[in-house]
Amino acid sequence: MGNVWEFVEFSLLGLLSGGVLALIGLSFVLVYKGTRAVNFAVGEIMMFGAYMYYAAHVTLKLPPLFAFAVALGLVTLLSILIERAVLRPLAGQPVISVLMATIGLASVLHGFVEAVWGGDTLEVPPLVPRMPLRFAEVVIPGAALGNFAIAAALITGFLLFFHYSRTGIALRATASDPVTASTMGINVRYAQRLTWILAGAVGTMAGVLIGASGGLSPLLASTALSVFAVIILGGMDSVLGVIVASLLIGWLESVVVGYFGGKVRDVLPYLVVLAILVVKPYGLFGSRDIERL
Amino acid sequence: MDMAVASPIVAHVPPAPQVTTAVPRTPGLSLAVEKVDLAFGGIKALRGVSFSAAAGQITAVIGPNGAGKTSVFNTISGFYRPAAGRILLGGDDVTAMPVHARAGKGLARTFQNIALFRGLSVLENIKLGGHHLMKAGVLSAMAYSRAARREELALREEVERRVIDFLEIDHIRHRSVDVLPYGLQKRVELARALAMRPRVLMLDEPVAGMNREETEDMARFILDVQEEWGVTVLLVEHDMGMVMDISSHVVVLNFGEVIASGTPDEVRKHPEVVRAYLGDES
Repeated sequence: MGNVWEFVEFSLLGLLSGGVLALIGLSFVLVYKGTRAVNFAVGEIMMFGAYMYYAAHVTLKLPPLFAFAVALGLVTLLSILIERAVLRPLAGQPVISVLMATIGLASVLHGFVEAVWGGDTLEVPPLVPRMPLRFAEVVIPGAALGNFAIAAALITGFLLFFHYSRTGIALRATASDPVTASTMGINVRYAQRLTWILAGAVGTMAGVLIGASGGLSPLLASTALSVFAVIILGGMDSVLGVIVASLLIGWLESVVVGYFGGKVRDVLPYLVVLAILVVKPYGLFGSRDIERL
Repeated sequence: MDMAVASPIVAHVPPAPQVTTAVPRTPGLSLAVEKVDLAFGGIKALRGVSFSAAAGQITAVIGPNGAGKTSVFNTISGFYRPAAGRILLGGDDVTAMPVHARAGKGLARTFQNIALFRGLSVLENIKLGGHHLMKAGVLSAMAYSRAARREELALREEVERRVIDFLEIDHIRHRSVDVLPYGLQKRVELARALAMRPRVLMLDEPVAGMNREETEDMARFILDVQEEWGVTVLLVEHDMGMVMDISSHVVVLNFGEVIASGTPDEVRKHPEVVRAYLGDES
């Protein structure tokens, strides 16, 4: 019976870690849907947000919520700057040049963070209690559960916002057809800027959650690596796809690490993604007109 | 006892368009295109194009393929900046105004290739037409404040009465626009433009690809919009029968220039127009 409990534990841990993964994926998909930009800096923006939180919370000793607000504010400024200085001049250029610009942006952010804080892992006070949850022989760390709950709540909030609020619907309209949206009186520039801001905010939340449960280092950005698998599997422009794919990848990684050890972790899930893409080339939920990069 | 017999018949009588009379009219504005030049690289799409659409009237722009009809529309919309000339909306120069700001001036349009927002429902599409009418800002709308809520409700009511009932699309309001047949998609696009409470309505080939019956329906809707709402209508259309039936003024373009304009009868007999459409031999 021990094996069954072990499997249940690995599975639960994996599914729970999928929650934060979905948050990062959402950050990417928002930008892709809203502006058609492939944002390779999604991990670095997330990391930057987490360091801003660290600076506000640990260095300046602000209370967590206040520090979080400060981090959100700073990331919002960064998003506006990115949109204004990097992406707007590239409007109308091929997708590939925007993609290259985001890769450049990623190195700049990475360099900045390493220059200021160094490469060591920093301790971040936990946001959610570390109390593990037990039932039967399964032990779930409190952080995993708390992170998942927060991520799930945030994602639900965003889905509601996009479905029911006027601004959300306007953003969807802009994503669907910016030219027509502008004839409706929607200021497409504002909409795209807002998209970057929202994506930056979502990324910051993910970064803070990860940092507060596992420590903060520039390596945080590489968490986004598994997110690319998630995004491609989910279909680039589908929020539902990202959620399902995050849970799947989270589960796969956890089970693979549990049974085969950490080295296989970086390989096997991607093989599975590759296998799925052979059958469904547009991802699980992607729309057909996506250009493969 | 008669009621039981009578009611099925009553149910078949189409609802009278009484809904529109109670609503204050937003009178149409005149639209003028003045000596507009537009070039793409070395190609001159429009050369000194001037015409005007009288307030509250239906004006048609016709011409052979490639004559510059859509270029004129896109210039009026603000997608293209003319190299020279002006666009006047109700007497105001809007030539330099960004596209989204023109919506606030009362300019609405439909597109030759249906430009509905895919993935959104019919109602969501139509309500987006009212987007520019709402004043509550992003943040208050985000928080679903009371003001935003009130605006939302007012818009919904307006959309219901004036647009959805009027265009007879009540039965499809919650459907996704992607799955609708072509004729209905065109009608939803018109509904969205009407939800903008336009003062000048531009229709780019409103009946292209429609059968006789759908064309007649659309022509009736356009006439109703003009007569009951007092909206200025500017349309580009290839269906000559419809153009001649409903327009009071016709502008003929060929190779980026206005070659004739006048009443449908005048234009029909104009030798330049006959030559443009039928070639030199005729």
